[in-house]
Amino acid sequence: MPASASPGPPVEVRGLTKSFGSVRAVDGLDMVVRSGAVTGFLGPNGAGKTTTFRMLLGLAAADSGTALIEGLRYAELARPTTVVGASLDSAGFHPGRTARDHLRVQAPFAGVDNRRCDEVLAQVGLTEAAERRVGGFSTGMRQRLGLATALLGDPRVLVLDEPANGLDPEGIVWLRGFLRHLAHERGRTVLVSSHVLGEVQASVDDVVVIARGRLVHESSLEDLVALADPRVRVVTPDLAGFASMARRSGWSAEEDPTTGSLVVTGASPTEVGAAAYRERLEIHGLAEEGGSLEAVFLRLTADPHEVAP
Amino acid sequence: MKPDQGLALVPALRSELRKVLSTRMWWLLAVVLLAYLAFLGAVMGFSLTTDPESMTGGLGTVTELDGRTVAETVYTLAVSLGYVFPLVIGALSMTAEYRHKTITPVVLAEPRRGVVLGAKLLVGALLGAVYGVVGTAGAVLGGLPFLLTKGDGAYLGDRAVLTDLAFSVLALAIWCVIGVGLGTLLTNQIASVVVILAFTQFVEPVLRLGLVAIDALAGVQKFLPGAAAEALAGSSLYSSTGMLGLLDRGWGAVVLLAYAAGFALLGRYLTLRRDIS
Repeated sequence: MPASASPGPPVEVRGLTKSFGSVRAVDGLDMVVRSGAVTGFLGPNGAGKTTTFRMLLGLAAADSGTALIEGLRYAELARPTTVVGASLDSAGFHPGRTARDHLRVQAPFAGVDNRRCDEVLAQVGLTEAAERRVGGFSTGMRQRLGLATALLGDPRVLVLDEPANGLDPEGIVWLRGFLRHLAHERGRTVLVSSHVLGEVQASVDDVVVIARGRLVHESSLEDLVALADPRVRVVTPDLAGFASMARRSGWSAEEDPTTGSLVVTGASPTEVGAAAYRERLEIHGLAEEGGSLEAVFLRLTADPHEVAP
Repeated sequence: MKPDQGLALVPALRSELRKVLSTRMWWLLAVVLLAYLAFLGAVMGFSLTTDPESMTGGLGTVTELDGRTVAETVYTLAVSLGYVFPLVIGALSMTAEYRHKTITPVVLAEPRRGVVLGAKLLVGALLGAVYGVVGTAGAVLGGLPFLLTKGDGAYLGDRAVLTDLAFSVLALAIWCVIGVGLGTLLTNQIASVVVILAFTQFVEPVLRLGLVAIDALAGVQKFLPGAAAEALAGSSLYSSTGMLGLLDRGWGAVVLLAYAAGFALLGRYLTLRRDIS
């Protein structure tokens, strides 16, 4: 591609549709991913995330619509692994091949040498396991090797399907930091799917939420957070006094029996603290809770045709 | 093939070669093939150099063969009885990608699926030639002691025999290419191997002997792939023992290559164009 040509957005999906039999897996999906940011591609299981990725990556043919990477269909990309790196759950490894050999098999397509294979193994923390056969790898190690494969051609765009699956808590923390580093310090565009909002909450800049193959929400993470009712956890010896104060203020309050604390919904910590001060209620702890984002996620992805429980 | 696809084959070929060299399967099968053909070569070398009168059972009805025919028959045993090895190896090169789901990274790296298949066919030919050399060498090594001690000699300096050896290698190389096409058409590894074993060990031998018994169809058996490969190698356990006729060498090559092209094209346009899950 000539340097003067301005490529399209890293990822652009327009009217993308695909059916399996009578089921519309992806149904007229539109989305645009911002360059140099981490975008969370969220939706419950079966929402069409993987199918969207498969069409974007040329593994599956769309019934209609387009899915473009830097303005081109995947099949039109020259040396695709140097433009977009992908890690998919459905991608496997030959169990008899070592981690290093798995990368060496992919290396000629990216035009990279053995040194680069070792480099990406180091980046994902698999240096020690480089000469081990993949058959003995844990799920988390396979995830890391999948990520190393995606990074091999030093692509500008990363498409990662549920990369946190199978990672231990330490691995998840590492992944968050790594994705943010790639986007914010190395200028890469990262599109990462998940069915658990909490998993990506700490690492994404933007969110795209889909349900039943359709776009239901597209915004920055802050705008999504703004949709959530604020929740405040209060530790107090006077549960009854606090509950009645919350009710009088128009907030809902619920006792959390496991910790003996009170969860107040509908107010910010500042409001709760100020009200407690006015009414001379004793506070031992006051903390904002992010958990209500899950409620927004559930609300956004709920099936409108299904009767709420 | 478009002109730019020629160059595109280079990384795909390098990748395929690395796949072969990075797993143990290929070496193990080569050792088994060598041992198997050495055993068959020894058995046939012994049988064909032993006076039929002194044998109970076996090829008792066979007319006495001259020394060169015995050498040709023994040395091309890999084509008559060992071709299942390169055929399976060829099929595995594609079915293993589907079995271990490595087909996904492969087509992510090279979305032109025709290029992926083209590289596999070429590496299949190369690998098949290696198996051809191993299998042919096994038959020669196994048969040699008996031909030298009990028969009329090794005939390894004989031009016609050496030609047969070379074409035996070529026939086995093409078998491997056929395997690649078959594995592409039938991507399920178990199904692919079962079909290969059933066809080579049962269906084709029965068909070849059965069709000869029906006058109107007697010529058809020559066009079966196993018979065409034997024609290409120039000799056959069946033909030298007078049981079945073969095409001449050139037509054998044409028929065998037609099978290779047919399976590859069917695989490319029936299976390989589908969505990859």
